[in-house]
Amino acid sequence: MSVLVVVECDGGEVKKSSLEVASYGSQVAQLLGTSATAVAVGEATEANLAKLGEQGITKVLYDAEPRLKDFVNGAYTKLIAAAAQQEDAKVIVLANSNIGAAVGSRLSVRLQASLATNVVELPKTDGSSFTVKRGAFSGKAFADVTLAGERKIIAVKKNSIEALHEAGKTAEVVSFSAQLSDADFADAPKQVVMQDQAGGILLPEADKVVSGGRGMKGPENWKLIEDLAQALGAATACSKPVSDVDWRPHHEHVGQTGITVSPNLYIACGISGAIQHLAGVNSSKVIVVINKDPEAPFFKAADYGIVGDVFDVLPKLTQAVKELG
Amino acid sequence: MKFLVCISNVPDTTTKITFTPDNKEFNKAGVQFVINPWDEYALTRAIELKEAQGGGTVTVLNVGEADTEPNIRKALAIGADDAIRVNAFPKDAFFVAQQIANIAKDGGYDVILMGKESIDYNGFQVHGMVGELLGIPTVAPAMKLDMSGNTATLEREIEGGKEIVEVNTPFVASCQQPMCEPRIPNMRGIMTARTKPLKVVEPTGEGARTEVSAYALPPAKQGVKLIPAESAGELIKLLRNEAKVI
Repeated sequence: MSVLVVVECDGGEVKKSSLEVASYGSQVAQLLGTSATAVAVGEATEANLAKLGEQGITKVLYDAEPRLKDFVNGAYTKLIAAAAQQEDAKVIVLANSNIGAAVGSRLSVRLQASLATNVVELPKTDGSSFTVKRGAFSGKAFADVTLAGERKIIAVKKNSIEALHEAGKTAEVVSFSAQLSDADFADAPKQVVMQDQAGGILLPEADKVVSGGRGMKGPENWKLIEDLAQALGAATACSKPVSDVDWRPHHEHVGQTGITVSPNLYIACGISGAIQHLAGVNSSKVIVVINKDPEAPFFKAADYGIVGDVFDVLPKLTQAVKELG
Repeated sequence: MKFLVCISNVPDTTTKITFTPDNKEFNKAGVQFVINPWDEYALTRAIELKEAQGGGTVTVLNVGEADTEPNIRKALAIGADDAIRVNAFPKDAFFVAQQIANIAKDGGYDVILMGKESIDYNGFQVHGMVGELLGIPTVAPAMKLDMSGNTATLEREIEGGKEIVEVNTPFVASCQQPMCEPRIPNMRGIMTARTKPLKVVEPTGEGARTEVSAYALPPAKQGVKLIPAESAGELIKLLRNEAKVI
């Protein structure tokens, strides 16, 4: 038996969330007294896959089929299922991403496995029972979920697990083929369109986020948010009312019915902190709130706060970050 | 074309979440339940497509106990033609997916739509499981859905962008904004909804594969540390030296 980790790659690099997934998987393997094997999807280089040894992975399976570069649900599911069979995987760990969770749900049916998504901690197991903690109620609560059966699939929420870095350890990269046919690529995308990202930082993968609400008064003032984000190396985000009136694109909308983020630092500018917005951000490690209204409910959920005018405070913060060097 | 739209019954987004004293169940007392906001995109888009095609049916499906019927009626008032309720507590994603797959198989539906996830359990699982149980493609999460004959063109959200995907019926799609502007019921809809068929069936298939052993609320914050606006730059020093996040 083994633990199988699904590693997503993009442009040759292993995604940060997949480094966390690999670290999670190798720690589960240790708990169960076995080893962790990875199966890589997307565009990867052998050198970067070998480096997964630093996250405790001993072996990486890689199918160099060029059509696997983009996400294809049918083909990815078949590939991972074949790897799971070959490795006799009892636990499969993937990222709780639009790829990982989509494949995970199909795999759970195909492999007759129990599935938990949005998982935030390592499992607790005493040999017979197997329990994981997952986010529920859109960030307003957690649930301990017991997974039944021989096989388990776990989708790990981004930024919940610290990635391991054991310098110098390498994994063996082994070529692998799931004998995919044209039929497995029937739902391949016709076209992939990437957004223009300010500073190139994707919101779901970001460590730091600077977010604006209606208090920014209009889209023309977003430069203040972008300047601070750029100085910090942060992604930009917004509240629901802001995306509803099209000041910002909807993929920046953070909250209960938008994206849930859990960065190390979330800076909210001119956002009052409605319960639906808090649900999307309250697993952030440190929350900073800037609002001119001292009664804004967001201050109750914050670690640091400034009661003041965002138009006055934001340039000062950007300046202070630049001075840090 | 036959559309099947799956809806869940969830606490209103403004709900303050609490649990029963043993922490095993959500405390429903005093809570307003609504149609899961993501499912509203699926429902409205199915109605729009039916209208554009000038024919066909939209069936609403809910797996839930009798207390979900007001929201099923609401979906009928918004414009669905008929409804099915599988009379069971939705124990977990796999249990629900089996009910949907069985009904979809028997009913010969062409397009199966639902929201990308429910805002209470946040599984993002049911659509993939239904697709796999039926052996048909799932597109999740879909931001746009257009139909031309039996071919659907969808935009699927990926981290940092989107994919354009084409699939033929039958297929499953899980929906999210900006697919459409969710409709609200009008007076005529509310009147006609009362007499539209709502069939209640008993669950089939296997039981659940997962079980919640305990719920917990996130730990409370320690209290906010306020920095005067005049010395805003101090905040950056605290973030580096105290919080160690920059």
